Amino acid sequence: MLGRLASQRLREIRQVFRGLPQHIDSPDNNPDLPWEFTDTNKEKAKEILSHYPSNYKQSAVIPLLDLAQQQNGGWLPVSAMNHVAKVIEVAPIRVYEVATFYSMFNRTKVGRYHLLVCGTTPCMIRGSREIEEALLKHLGVKRNEVTKDGLFFCWRNGMHDNNIGTGYFCVLLLHNTLLSTTEDVTPNRVVEIVEALKRGEKPP
Amino acid sequence: MGLGQLASRALFRSTRLASSKPQLLLRRAIVSTPDLHNSGAAAAEAQPEPDLPKRNPVAGARVHFPNPDDVIEVFVDGYPVKIPKGMTVLQACEIAGVDIPRFCYHSRLSIAGNCRMCLVEVEKSPKPVASCAMPALPGKGWSFMKMVGFGMKIKTDTPLAKKAREGVMEFLLMNHPLDCPICDQGGECDLQDQSMAFGSDRGRFTEVKRSVVDKNLGPLVKTVMTRCIQCTRCVRFATEVAGVQDLGMLGRGSGEEIGTYVEKLMTSELSGNVIDICPVGALTSKPFAFKARNWELKGTESIDVTDAVGSNIRIDSRGPEVMRIVPRLNEDINEEWISDKTRFFYDGLKRQRLNDPMIRGADGRFKTVSWRDALAVVAEVIHQVKPEEIVGVAGKLSDAESMMALKDFLNTMGSNNIWCEGNGPNPNADLRSGYIMNTSINGLEKADVFLLVEAAMVNARIRKTVRATSAKVGYVGPPADFNYDHEHLGTGPETLTELSEGRHPFYSALSNAKNPAIIVGAGIFGRNDKDAIFSVVEKIAKNINAVRPDWNGLNVLLLNAAQAAALDLGLVPQSEKSIENAKFLYLMGADDENLDKLPNDAFVVYQGHHGDRGVYRANVILPASAFSEKEGTYANTEGCAQTTVPAVPTVGDARDDWKIIRALSEVAGVRLPYDSLSAIRSRISTVAPNLLNADEREAAAFSTSSLRPEVKEKMDNSAPFGTAVENFYMTDSITRASKIMAQCSASLSKK
Repeated sequence: MLGRLASQRLREIRQVFRGLPQHIDSPDNNPDLPWEFTDTNKEKAKEILSHYPSNYKQSAVIPLLDLAQQQNGGWLPVSAMNHVAKVIEVAPIRVYEVATFYSMFNRTKVGRYHLLVCGTTPCMIRGSREIEEALLKHLGVKRNEVTKDGLFFCWRNGMHDNNIGTGYFCVLLLHNTLLSTTEDVTPNRVVEIVEALKRGEKPP
Repeated sequence: MGLGQLASRALFRSTRLASSKPQLLLRRAIVSTPDLHNSGAAAAEAQPEPDLPKRNPVAGARVHFPNPDDVIEVFVDGYPVKIPKGMTVLQACEIAGVDIPRFCYHSRLSIAGNCRMCLVEVEKSPKPVASCAMPALPGKGWSFMKMVGFGMKIKTDTPLAKKAREGVMEFLLMNHPLDCPICDQGGECDLQDQSMAFGSDRGRFTEVKRSVVDKNLGPLVKTVMTRCIQCTRCVRFATEVAGVQDLGMLGRGSGEEIGTYVEKLMTSELSGNVIDICPVGALTSKPFAFKARNWELKGTESIDVTDAVGSNIRIDSRGPEVMRIVPRLNEDINEEWISDKTRFFYDGLKRQRLNDPMIRGADGRFKTVSWRDALAVVAEVIHQVKPEEIVGVAGKLSDAESMMALKDFLNTMGSNNIWCEGNGPNPNADLRSGYIMNTSINGLEKADVFLLVEAAMVNARIRKTVRATSAKVGYVGPPADFNYDHEHLGTGPETLTELSEGRHPFYSALSNAKNPAIIVGAGIFGRNDKDAIFSVVEKIAKNINAVRPDWNGLNVLLLNAAQAAALDLGLVPQSEKSIENAKFLYLMGADDENLDKLPNDAFVVYQGHHGDRGVYRANVILPASAFSEKEGTYANTEGCAQTTVPAVPTVGDARDDWKIIRALSEVAGVRLPYDSLSAIRSRISTVAPNLLNADEREAAAFSTSSLRPEVKEKMDNSAPFGTAVENFYMTDSITRASKIMAQCSASLSKK
């Protein structure tokens, strides 16, 4: 029984990765969909490429993937990765390898607001589980799911991220490039933040 | 090393030391036994040398010193060994006869260094080093000035090295499933062998193992990715040798998976080699899954006949059945790789086999008869026909002995209308260099510019050269998908004309090359303007100086296993139109010959091993044995003669090809003068003695470019080059009968 609980837990933990290292074609994410950098991004891409030697274009894969992810609203479809592969002149699998390695490259759709609750030991002691429960109940989703209007929620396990990690609760928000942390929240406060986000305001 | 040399070396060292170190000299003056008081290192290795047995390199490897001055000496477990500069510690240990365990290192792939199983202890190093990646260095410091005795000291059997191996093995086995009973690799698994030899006796893992989703790589490679130990050999093979960058390492940490990320099948023709390369049972052969264990199989070393490369294979059989085919090492021809067709066509040997002689009765149906009756009928008919109406065609898979017998038989009957399939209606067998790969497959590695005319099979070698030296490749022919950078110069003969006159831009690359290689595909043989095309190609060769005493860059890439031997033996028909006038046609395994023009009353005898296209028109069927059941000589496209060895007994009442013809000749009254294999081989030696020097490649003596007479025909510029091989997976009677090949051509053919 303990073993089953343990394996269940591990499976939950594994889902922290944004998608398995396998791609499954779906109507909005398949290699046949065309995808290109916008014109402004094409300029930015050229500028990024100029940082690297011309025979090592593949060194630019991470900045370019980041650019593609921002353009695409926080996640990378496989056609975007194929396009980046064409830009840096490598086989697509090399780009897939990089994208699956880094956890901040989302290969499945995430919502407009990406909320993470820190679940490391210090935060757990201060009650981050309750925060998480409150959030989940309020939003009506389970972990790693997207709500109907695109709010995404996830429980970060075991990583102190780039927050303090000294015993305050931390809620991080990732909104495209916006990365803000709100510390020392209570369950009520979290609901307030979510409502503020729904109205379109940036929480303090 | 002889004792005398050892003694002189010891003396040499002691005298040198004495002369250069005054304090030692002082000591020597006092003590009368100089050897005892010499510098410890010199004495220590001078003394044990006579006691150490001579070490043989692992697996009989030989060391090649590209630069004799660049030799360094290192010590492996106290044993000195001389290696060229740049060799790794692992290679040095191999020369010293010490086999270091490894998973990710492969001698033909780039170095990864991620398995850590090859850790050895090196003196003066704080931690064990990965021997596959560390270059073996000579010593440092003051001792560097001395040329003797102070190289890197490598220790492979110390407790530290052993502990490292046990630890690595423990880590590898942690996430490895307990699949040995159901895993195909059991019995030939590197992980099993190395854990027995180098691992600890017990594990300490009490957690939950991870499992991985299986990937679909096609009908040939079975994947159980849970067993993968992430050595990345398959990734490196696909990238470097096969040229398809499909596989990669996705994810990180314990969740790493080897896969293609998107659902992609491995369409490369070399994809089956990852089965050999994978050290565990993650990638195994799908057709061979759960069929046999490797200790049940008897391996027979033979030659592959599905294409003209003549790859060396080992046919693993259990009883009368061929269970699988694996490659053998042959540096010159196929290195360690075989194509998918070679590897998986063996199940065609069990289907559609002809096992009894048959005669077509008056109602059009075949009736099984005895050999006596069948041969009697054939002999009777052949005597009723005029000599010039007798025609013989040798098939793609015919060996030299049977072709010799057929030619002799037809010649004694008075006819010379005999040719081999694939050689075209009017082959030119005068000069050997006109139809073989003069550069030799191994020699292609030295070429720096390639011009390919409709050839697509020796790709792996060309790819190796292109990768190593950035050789340029120009290609004339229909648009094809090569796995290396190439320039598509054109699709028809007019491109060749442009090249010969120097008008084409690629011509400058050709003329500046030191070792240019021109490879003409054998599909040219089927064209009417073949001679004209050849003369143009030779003109190009002459202009770029491709044919020199030390380098002959003009090559012909043949398609079938029998073509080279046929042309060596002189199977050239007397007239091009022999099919139209034939009244008696002897097909020896020939299934792809165009029989449209054959008169309706011609009597056709089909002698072969599969009921393929040839039997539909046949009047008499004589069953013969396939290549895995007979001993035959085949010459590959570079002219190297190799022999197959019978691996399994033949089917039913079938006999060897040449024996059938010998029996037929006796019944027909024109008995051929040989009764045994050695007798027919001595007959071959009178015609083409190079076919008897097995495994030796005899270069052509004369080159066609200087000796070919003027050609009056004009090139047919309107007909662009077509592909010679329509479907790679189904090219001859055995592959057409194979279910696995059918699956491959349905799912893997490049459309």
